[in-house]
Amino acid sequence: MRTNEGGHTLSMESDSNIKVAIEDLQFYYGDFHALQDITLSFQASQVTALIGPSGCGKSTLLRCINRMNDLIPKTRVQGRILYADQNIYDPSIDVVTLRRHIGMVFQKPNPFPKTIFENIAYGLRVNGVKDRSYVAERVEKSLQRAALWEEVKDRLHESALGLSGGQQQRLCIARALAVEPDVLLMDEPASALDPIATQKIEELIHELKDAYTIIIVTHNMQQAARVSDITAFFYLGRLIEAGPTDTLFTRPNLKQTSDYITGRFG
Amino acid sequence: MTSDQKPQGNPLQHPAGPPTGPFQTRAVRGLRKRRLVQQVWFWFFRGAAVINGLALAVVICFLIIKGWRAINWTFLTQPPMDSMTQGGILPCIVGTACLSLGAILIALPIGVASAIYLHEYARPGRVIRLIRLGINNLAGVPSVVFGLFGLAFFVVYLKMGVSMLAGALTLGAMSLPVIIGSAEEALRAVPDTYREASLGLGATKWQTIYRVVLPAALPGILTGAILGLSRAAGETAPIMFTAAVYFTPSLPSSVFDEIMALPYHIYVLATAGTEIEATRHLQYGTSLVLIILVLGLNLMAIIYRARLQKKP
Repeated sequence: MRTNEGGHTLSMESDSNIKVAIEDLQFYYGDFHALQDITLSFQASQVTALIGPSGCGKSTLLRCINRMNDLIPKTRVQGRILYADQNIYDPSIDVVTLRRHIGMVFQKPNPFPKTIFENIAYGLRVNGVKDRSYVAERVEKSLQRAALWEEVKDRLHESALGLSGGQQQRLCIARALAVEPDVLLMDEPASALDPIATQKIEELIHELKDAYTIIIVTHNMQQAARVSDITAFFYLGRLIEAGPTDTLFTRPNLKQTSDYITGRFG
Repeated sequence: MTSDQKPQGNPLQHPAGPPTGPFQTRAVRGLRKRRLVQQVWFWFFRGAAVINGLALAVVICFLIIKGWRAINWTFLTQPPMDSMTQGGILPCIVGTACLSLGAILIALPIGVASAIYLHEYARPGRVIRLIRLGINNLAGVPSVVFGLFGLAFFVVYLKMGVSMLAGALTLGAMSLPVIIGSAEEALRAVPDTYREASLGLGATKWQTIYRVVLPAALPGILTGAILGLSRAAGETAPIMFTAAVYFTPSLPSSVFDEIMALPYHIYVLATAGTEIEATRHLQYGTSLVLIILVLGLNLMAIIYRARLQKKP
């Protein structure tokens, strides 16, 4: 039952490539209808950028995909989000397992006040991995994957809080990768970083996209243009337009989209 | 500078001397008054702060002057002798140490568990408001009422008798609001981003609390516990019906023993002893020991917190 028709949804790829499909999603904070009629799907091994002005619901949507919004009281979800052929809002779904498969990187780097090693090992430990050599191996691999290994390999047992902001964010990405997620959600991962650190994160996203399905929220339209294959534009809780990034940025279908990407509002 | 000239220099700088030129306006005279008002208030605040510090200094100096002569090796290592006009206060020191430690061992787990429930699990609602109301009121209950409660419930109803256990339970009940309050404060200070990061990696709520939130909150929780301990150590009313006795020469050997305690000993010496005047120096000496104990615990809390905050 996947309907991908309609002016603002994707119908260009075959269904088999779809990792996550959002179907007719409504989201409420109390009485506030924050997301309205969202239907959108995300392709495997592609980077999808969610853009739009502040308060448009893009972060809310991202946090629906790993049910992080469950933590906020008085929120309500209607509609379905399909992952691995299951509706993740189905009562039979175990949220803890879901979040292990759908990793998240947050806006502000949020390493735990533990050592670099323990930060990366954390996800493995909570998921029951006891084998020390395996943990050490995964830590190294994850740090290499996040392009941080060379910078921290001699100080693995020092506090992660001693790293720079950009390093901390790559640490958070490594931490997310350590549990081998399938989908990686990134909520403005570079917005708290300087341009050089931002560039490193963007390069990293580029390298990771073959292995992961990446969904990134960004305020920065150049960033969306640089890192994503697909871009979805949100405004006032609605999905306005979605499509291949180069098309959306050069020949958007709707005037609202072109107004936003050319900087006329937002 | 005449009135038709432009003022020189930075116009925002405080004009030196009497205001001239364009500054000679009503607004500037108003400014002077405002500065004056500010000065008056600031001196008032300084005064209030100084009085605070002075009060502590005066109490301590007074106790040192009056009591230091009483303190010697015998005083600290011997039980009272000759109807408590001679000898030392060892049973009281041991008694107070046992009572406070017992109180904290009882109150800390319950307090931290309640704080975790209130802050991490419970959904806000009427039940939570009621529990909070209860805790806040518990904090306002006079200590003598706790003493009577301890007497009625632990000593009589639960048949513990006047004992260390009954006293520790009573003091523990009294310390609970302090410990819950500081533990909740400490949990609140842990950024939500830690919780989100942990949950986002597939940790359960309990794993998140146990592995991330509690370690981060530990300095605050322990500081609160030590402060609760120091308060419990100094209380008289809750233990006078439940644990402390006028005199016992032996140290406690079980939790069901009656014990002597520093605050109660001071009370006894100063109001009910055989030779109240002759034992003044012992009273001051005992007070000095008690206050050193309490301030020492507080100092420990401060140092401990500072050290933990430096480390990640």
